[in-house]
Amino acid sequence: MRVMAQMAMVMNLDKCIGCHTCSVTCKQAWTNRSGTEYVWFNNVETRPGQGYPRTYQDQDTWQGGWTLTKRGRLKLKAGGRLKNLATIFASPKMPSMSDYYEPWTYDYESLTTAPAQQHTPVARPKSLLSGKDMNISWSANWDDNLAGSTEIVPGDPVLAKVSDKVKLEFEQTFMFYLPRICEHCLNPACAASCPSGAIYKREEDGIVLVDQDACRGWRKCVTGCPYKKVYFNHRTGKAEKCTFCFPRIEVGLPTVCAETCVGRLRYIGLVLYDADLVLAAASVPDEKDLLRAQRDCFLDPHDPTVVRAAEAAGIAHDWVLAAQRSPIWSLINDYEVALPLHPEYRTMPMVWYIPPLSPVVDVVAETGEDAEDPGNLFAAIDTLRIPVEYLAELFTAGDPVPVTNVLRRLAAMRSYMREINMGREPEESIATAVGMTGADIRGMYRLLALAKYDERY
Amino acid sequence: MTTQQTPPPGLDTGIVEGLLKARRFFKPKEVSADLRTLHQKGGRDADTFYRDRWAHDKVVRSTHGVNCTGSCSWKVYVKDGIITWEAQQTDYPSAGPDRPDYEPRGCPRGAAFSWYTYSPTRVRYPYVRGVLLEMYREAKARLGDPVLAWRDITGDPERSKRYKAARGKGGLVRAGWGEAVEMIAAAHVATIADHGPDRIAGFSPIPAMSMVSHGVGSRFYSLIGGAMLSFYDWYADLPVASPQVFGDQTDVPESGDWWDAGYLIMWGSNVPVTRTPDAHWMVEARYRGQKVIAVAPDYADNVKFADEWLAPVPGTDGALAMAMGHVVLKEFFVDRRTPYFVDYARSYTDLPFLIRLEPDGEGYVPGKFLTAADLPPGTPGRGEHDEFKTVVLEESTGAPVVPNGSLGFRFGEAGAGKWNLDLEGVAPALSVADAASAAAGPGAVPDAVPVTLPRFDTPDGAAAEIVRGVPVRRVGAHLVTTVFDLLLAQYGVGRDGLPGKWPTGYDDATSPCTPAWQEAITGVPARKAAKIGREFAANAEESNGRSMILMGAGTNHWFHSDAIYRAFLTLTTITGSQGRNGGGWAHYVGQEKVRPLTGFTQYANALDWSRPPRHMIQTAYWFLHTDQFRYDAFTADELSGRPGGRWAGMTTADILAQSARLGWSPSYPTFDRSSLQVVDDAEAAGQDVGTYVPAQLKSGDLRFAAEDPDAPENFPRVLGIWRSNLLGSSAKGDEYFLRHLLGTDHSVNASETPADKRPRDVVWRDEAPAGKLDLLFTLDFRMTSTTIFSDIVLPAATWYEKYDLSSTDMHPYVNSFNPAIAPPWQARTDFEAFHNIAAEFSEQARAHLGTRKDLVAVPLTHDTPDALATPSGIVKDWKFGECEPIPGRTMPKLVVVERDYTAIADKMRSAGPLLAELGATTKGITFDLAHEVDLLRDLNGPARGGVAEGRPALEQDRQVCEFILSLSGTTNGHLATAGFHTLEQRTGQPMADLAAEHEGKRIRFADTQAAPTPVITSPEWSGSESGGRRYSAFTINVERLKPWHTLSGRQSFYLDHDWMSEIGENMPIYRPPLNMAVLFGETPVGERADGTAGTTIAVRYLTPHNKWSIHSEYQDNLLMLSLSRGGPAVWMSNLDAAKIGVSDNDWIECVNRNGVVVARAIVSHRMPEGTVYMHHAQDRLIDVPLSEKSGKRGGIHNSLTRIMMKPTHLVGGYAQLSYAFNYIGPTGNQRDEVTLIRRRSQEVQY
Repeated sequence: MRVMAQMAMVMNLDKCIGCHTCSVTCKQAWTNRSGTEYVWFNNVETRPGQGYPRTYQDQDTWQGGWTLTKRGRLKLKAGGRLKNLATIFASPKMPSMSDYYEPWTYDYESLTTAPAQQHTPVARPKSLLSGKDMNISWSANWDDNLAGSTEIVPGDPVLAKVSDKVKLEFEQTFMFYLPRICEHCLNPACAASCPSGAIYKREEDGIVLVDQDACRGWRKCVTGCPYKKVYFNHRTGKAEKCTFCFPRIEVGLPTVCAETCVGRLRYIGLVLYDADLVLAAASVPDEKDLLRAQRDCFLDPHDPTVVRAAEAAGIAHDWVLAAQRSPIWSLINDYEVALPLHPEYRTMPMVWYIPPLSPVVDVVAETGEDAEDPGNLFAAIDTLRIPVEYLAELFTAGDPVPVTNVLRRLAAMRSYMREINMGREPEESIATAVGMTGADIRGMYRLLALAKYDERY
Repeated sequence: MTTQQTPPPGLDTGIVEGLLKARRFFKPKEVSADLRTLHQKGGRDADTFYRDRWAHDKVVRSTHGVNCTGSCSWKVYVKDGIITWEAQQTDYPSAGPDRPDYEPRGCPRGAAFSWYTYSPTRVRYPYVRGVLLEMYREAKARLGDPVLAWRDITGDPERSKRYKAARGKGGLVRAGWGEAVEMIAAAHVATIADHGPDRIAGFSPIPAMSMVSHGVGSRFYSLIGGAMLSFYDWYADLPVASPQVFGDQTDVPESGDWWDAGYLIMWGSNVPVTRTPDAHWMVEARYRGQKVIAVAPDYADNVKFADEWLAPVPGTDGALAMAMGHVVLKEFFVDRRTPYFVDYARSYTDLPFLIRLEPDGEGYVPGKFLTAADLPPGTPGRGEHDEFKTVVLEESTGAPVVPNGSLGFRFGEAGAGKWNLDLEGVAPALSVADAASAAAGPGAVPDAVPVTLPRFDTPDGAAAEIVRGVPVRRVGAHLVTTVFDLLLAQYGVGRDGLPGKWPTGYDDATSPCTPAWQEAITGVPARKAAKIGREFAANAEESNGRSMILMGAGTNHWFHSDAIYRAFLTLTTITGSQGRNGGGWAHYVGQEKVRPLTGFTQYANALDWSRPPRHMIQTAYWFLHTDQFRYDAFTADELSGRPGGRWAGMTTADILAQSARLGWSPSYPTFDRSSLQVVDDAEAAGQDVGTYVPAQLKSGDLRFAAEDPDAPENFPRVLGIWRSNLLGSSAKGDEYFLRHLLGTDHSVNASETPADKRPRDVVWRDEAPAGKLDLLFTLDFRMTSTTIFSDIVLPAATWYEKYDLSSTDMHPYVNSFNPAIAPPWQARTDFEAFHNIAAEFSEQARAHLGTRKDLVAVPLTHDTPDALATPSGIVKDWKFGECEPIPGRTMPKLVVVERDYTAIADKMRSAGPLLAELGATTKGITFDLAHEVDLLRDLNGPARGGVAEGRPALEQDRQVCEFILSLSGTTNGHLATAGFHTLEQRTGQPMADLAAEHEGKRIRFADTQAAPTPVITSPEWSGSESGGRRYSAFTINVERLKPWHTLSGRQSFYLDHDWMSEIGENMPIYRPPLNMAVLFGETPVGERADGTAGTTIAVRYLTPHNKWSIHSEYQDNLLMLSLSRGGPAVWMSNLDAAKIGVSDNDWIECVNRNGVVVARAIVSHRMPEGTVYMHHAQDRLIDVPLSEKSGKRGGIHNSLTRIMMKPTHLVGGYAQLSYAFNYIGPTGNQRDEVTLIRRRSQEVQY
């Protein structure tokens, strides 16, 4: 056992209102500067949709992440490290600016300086790359709220896998939001891709950083990262990425994106894991086993053996305490409601997600049944407006069972707590039906519903 | 233990492993044992860039100061004297251990605000249009005086036309502050001298969000006698149903109270977008087992959270609500009497009160409330103001009883201690059929009679009638029934033995208001409507009223929104959910609670120096002054329940003029003569104005300006705008503003009213004026349509560069603004700018104005005895000899205010004597402020010089913050307690204990600088927060038996004013959207046509809030534009797009009679067919090309709308239907509009 500590995040997509405050505060703090105009360390995608950069999840095209060789060994999908080193001067497989978007501004000053003229002054868009007039036709969030859906949504690589379930018709509309930052993976493909060894994982907290002095701008990391969360600063010629706001984390502050999240859906905490298990976990043959394998890497911070091993590994006592009160551990391992994003990329991502529950009852209600009956709530999971298959392609390599289980637990929490809300005795059977106790449900409710600042971070 | 068959996990090839192993030896980082990755310990040099970027010098608390209800406290980061970014504060006092907290309030728009600080759209210097500045300099050089120069230019038609026609077409040049302020002051002085102060207006909305910034300008206008324009009604955010039903402007729960609801309907309220910082309460309450319903025509952001989604046809929400009401009334009142609901209805609603039935043809129509005046002398409760005391039947005896609490008990001597809801043991009969028949008079009395009720559910919205019966009794000479009985008839809930036409069941689609009936109108399945209505009520029954409706602009911005809302309020009221934590209405549309209300009102209206101020209903102001009345193509009776009635031949302009002359609505300019001149003339005639003016009016020698708005003497002359973008945002009928008010280029396509449909009473002048306004000046920190069209632009400080106060409905705290930096370039705070203007004005006034007497015509005012002016709401017009013009009764009150125009600046900067002399009155409660003013003098220090000498200083913005906090009950426990003691005397109920826990607490500005500060329960508001409760409206009314400020003192289902009867809205009723095809000849929605310019389709044109620009920032913000489509856009259904060959992001053109919009199409299947959205406040400044249709700049979202005033919004002088600022007035609704859309040439020109 080699105990290491990892700073991790869970986002409860069921609470995300798609406001993009996280994106804006992050951009203002970190990337509103020359060379990173197009860069959003944190972005929010409307699903179904193409994401940013568009279609990044189509690894047949973008070749990000890891793959298993026939011998069961882990290999960078883009061609393995030897090829990587051998083709160091070749143009890497990476999105073009048009796949991100061409950043722009406007000639705002003309509003004030316009001479007397025939028409009302207007500020026209100007490219921030060329300085010329431009015709805006794509952005980092072009398909927000299903904008352009009939033309854009068919290009969603995730949807392509479940397309027979989805009709782009008014009555069947669904959408949810997917906020994304760097995954700070346990098995980062970006770091493995870097010919210069400039990308490293911090020993003490696992934050993945680009050494700005060592980066030589090969951009192999951009290719390697299947989430496309390493960006090329075209001014400095260096790679840049989300830093998990380490200057804040180090002084006990949450990341900017988490603290400014008005949906109060982001949780940050320390997770202890066994570094010796990571490679094996990332190499399990069946993609559907990756979730369990990664969960098994995490160490129970309350286990005295783990505590001793952690201290032996030089992890400070207060860090162990932090791991014990970590909401991440609770959500991933106690309540098992958080799931990793695209485990099939085999990078062992460390930003996990609670899938969105709602709206649940709509279809059931059409049958005239009482929507508040706990049994019906559970039945409804199978007829969710958001297809479970779509969520499974995001979080469980296509396995619907874990997603369904999470949604059942969220639904059970609502039923159980309604009894209390209305002054009735809660029914323990509701908890039992989803493999929990009433106390479990109340604990999960405290974390998800009350979500006090001190308990989120 | 290891499995020998499977090779150990590893990386791809051995050669690579070798290479990577070697890396261990020459890298400072540590390669992981399995060679996958590098770790690094210690040594952070490589991180320096990000560490440096994070480093900052200070963090300053501030917020965003206009419109936004968020009132979110922000951390503004400053590095090297430069604002770098902002993030939300998280230090709100906890909302309680068992519920979520308010942190971190904010949204992406607020987070993007700091972009403005150094952006290229920032206004850095004062600007004046070059052509005007040249004229001014020339004239001043020639005449040697600013006022003479201004008069010289504006008095010359040729020069005047020249600079007005140049408005909006560039050519702004820099000027100094001194010169710009001099011109502004000169325009004011000249206008007051030549035309009167009421020809000047100021506009700045929503004071709650920055009270000092709003108040300082308002104070200036109030001191000089200018009119402050309203905003709540103008924005169509005022739910007129609130004054109608509650007698209250708007009072709603804080968002933390959503948590308490067991059942929550979001109805036309897209919470994640429009209440972003509050949305989490809804999201989280679901985990508590709250059931959530979304009613939205499109798959809006909030639908994602809902358990059920109802998607009615836009504007038909009233029908859905009526059908739900039908189900609730039938199942919870008729099939069985739900005890909780019945008890609530008896105590807190007008349902048991008696209505007189009037013979009409073979049946009857509902008439007026039976009042104590209809009962024999000596009846208990009779004595004074009997015409305003409503009556019930005692259930057990059948005797008429006059319960406490109606308006008749509110103001007189005899009512003291009796203005309360204590029924004193009387059990009012809900239905007259429930009452014992002892009260039946002599002679045969039928058990029931047919009544004729209006209906508007015809396809074109025209009036029709339906006959349904009610049980009756006789009281004296009157045949009466209860409001409850009438309501059942209105909702089509039958009972055995009643005459008339009733539905056969829920599935009867022919008869209003069944679930099946609504399905044909709304498209919502009948079964679903019934189910949601039933669940809503069942939840309320089980939880004692914890059923809530969040209602938003989607239902509140329609012409008939008051009718829609009354149907909603019926649901929340009959289920006993009003005045309950977790229940009731939650109207979140521009509602902005100035929690420290009393202090703010005194400051902003300058009530410490002179009373009353001039307050104007803005919708009516622009209806006349932008000449939109000249394009009306219908008469007012087309809207009424019985066409051909009292409004036959009258246009909306005639209705408005009548409302003005009867004193119902304010009207500025008031007379066709200067308000200063009228006083001089009266003095010259040796009469006081109270004698002189009515006589002059009667003779016709003096006329109301509203009766001839196009006469040059009745033009508005000067308009000052701050904290607002009128011409790029709220101006319904924007193109008419450009044409008539400003006199510049426009895209109006409409024709003027044909001769046979023109106003009856209002003068029609053959030539429509162009360029009525002499001066438009704006303070702003960014360029907008308003600055672009302004004659003078002053550079304003942003929200991060000043001190101020903010509060909201949405949370219970008072927040502060603090300057992160000094205003850069030549920017100044609004506070300083208006003090500069006032100083120069006072100086110029010495030669041109001196001290003058000003006649202020004041409308009959709510929460005063004026509400007793019109017994039974029977309308009489002195103009037609139906009564005498009596100021304060049948016409406006006339008050002469002496104004020393040379002392305006001194009054601006000090607290005047009237605070101590007269106290301050808020909602009928007078606070004694003498002691607090003394304390304020000590706190702020005394001012020196002139009339300010020795008075509490208001020379700095912070001192004004102290003024506001000191003089309000919510922030001063002494005043709250004293106010409750005052109220106790009137109600006879204990109340002061509500504030007792905070009696010693005085919130100072420093408290708000330290953290958001919770306020104190005060009689200024209707909810109790004692003991840390969440705020919910009317909990004091329910728990302490304090009457609502209505005729009956109860929540009012029935409105008996003549005009409410005329329009057919005595009770809640379904009224469809206006039919623009019938009224204006627009193409019916859904019609496709092939024209020379391409195929068009007619669609409903809605302007909901924009996800990327609301309130805390604006459409031009680069961050927000980068996250959206980067320019003007119209959302449309893929089905509609296909009909006209439009692809996503194509350029389209929208054209109707009001104007033109050029934008890009956003095509999405989440939009319903037949409806498009052009999100609100898309200005013409960002990537708007020239229109193919007009050849001019392609317009703003409001280029396709226009003002449509509903006559009943102009009712006044009667009970709760009496005027107060932003309390009552015609709404600037805009959702009934339609437009044609087509794909245009994709080659655009700018």
